[in-house]
Amino acid sequence: MLLKFVPPLLLTAMLAPAFAKEAAPAAADPVAEARLMELSSELRCLVCQNQTIADSNAELAVDLRNEIREKIQTGMSDAEIKDFMVARYGDFVLYRPPVKGTTLALWVGPFLLLAVGGGILFFNLRRRRQRDAEPELSRDDQALAESLLHTDTTKETR
Amino acid sequence: MKARYLIPLAIFIAMLAFLGVGLTLDPREVPSPLIDKPAPAFRLQTLDAPSRVMTPEDMRGQVWLLNVWASWCGGCREEHPVLVELAKSRAVPIYGLDYKDQPGDARRWLADFGNPYTAIVSDPDGRAGIEYGVYGVPETFVIDKAGVIRYKQIGPITPKALQETILPLVRKLNAA
Repeated sequence: MLLKFVPPLLLTAMLAPAFAKEAAPAAADPVAEARLMELSSELRCLVCQNQTIADSNAELAVDLRNEIREKIQTGMSDAEIKDFMVARYGDFVLYRPPVKGTTLALWVGPFLLLAVGGGILFFNLRRRRQRDAEPELSRDDQALAESLLHTDTTKETR
Repeated sequence: MKARYLIPLAIFIAMLAFLGVGLTLDPREVPSPLIDKPAPAFRLQTLDAPSRVMTPEDMRGQVWLLNVWASWCGGCREEHPVLVELAKSRAVPIYGLDYKDQPGDARRWLADFGNPYTAIVSDPDGRAGIEYGVYGVPETFVIDKAGVIRYKQIGPITPKALQETILPLVRKLNAA
């Protein structure tokens, strides 16, 4: 039973030095480092496009983390740092793109699709309900149908 | 009534068309926000003479290319013959930004493959690269007489991109 925990523990022990190495700069200024991590996890690394600058080990991501760290030290606000990044790399660098003309389809599209889908569903259901609500044959029609069914059809086809 | 059953097929074909177009697009080509903006300033030492410092202001009054390259960059080697040919044609001066490179490596590279550059500045820590929004070398900017970026080529300049996009733009900017 205990054996089950040994491999993960071993793995953790093996990785510990690696973590220690990664965490080294955090000792400098924990508050600034926390801000750096928060900011850079909102920013896309353009080299490896599905990673954040916080996650990526691409050289550019390392450079940009240093750049952001410096900007934090000079007292720039998060918004100012994001503007700096957008001015150079475009909106694509933001994981949460701003709402504007070019990104409208991105923001409104899903709701538009939902509305279209909902509309189709609504009209289909309404039509089905109307069809179901249509009265059964009236008594006269019923009698007519009965009489037609019981007449000798051979006469008519002749 | 029959037509209803064709709707899924139509949707499928439309999706295929979208996916097909998607395949022809390169997701690595992110449009630069710097187009039609002044070229960001830098003050960098030249590769040949570290005592000489260049800024984009030095190129004011002419249409020029800023080619971001490095000796460690594979795409740059692919692009290099195109640049050498372009330099021979004297159509437009090419200035190099040697991005995060060792000066020795860069000089050896130029000695081996030829030097198409009018001048090269060194950007050893990549700070100028960040100012230009560089995220993958090679990248090339077309900059007009007033120092405004007019076009950015991401990745190697292909002969096709040169003939169909860059040279016509250079001619247009030179005439302006």
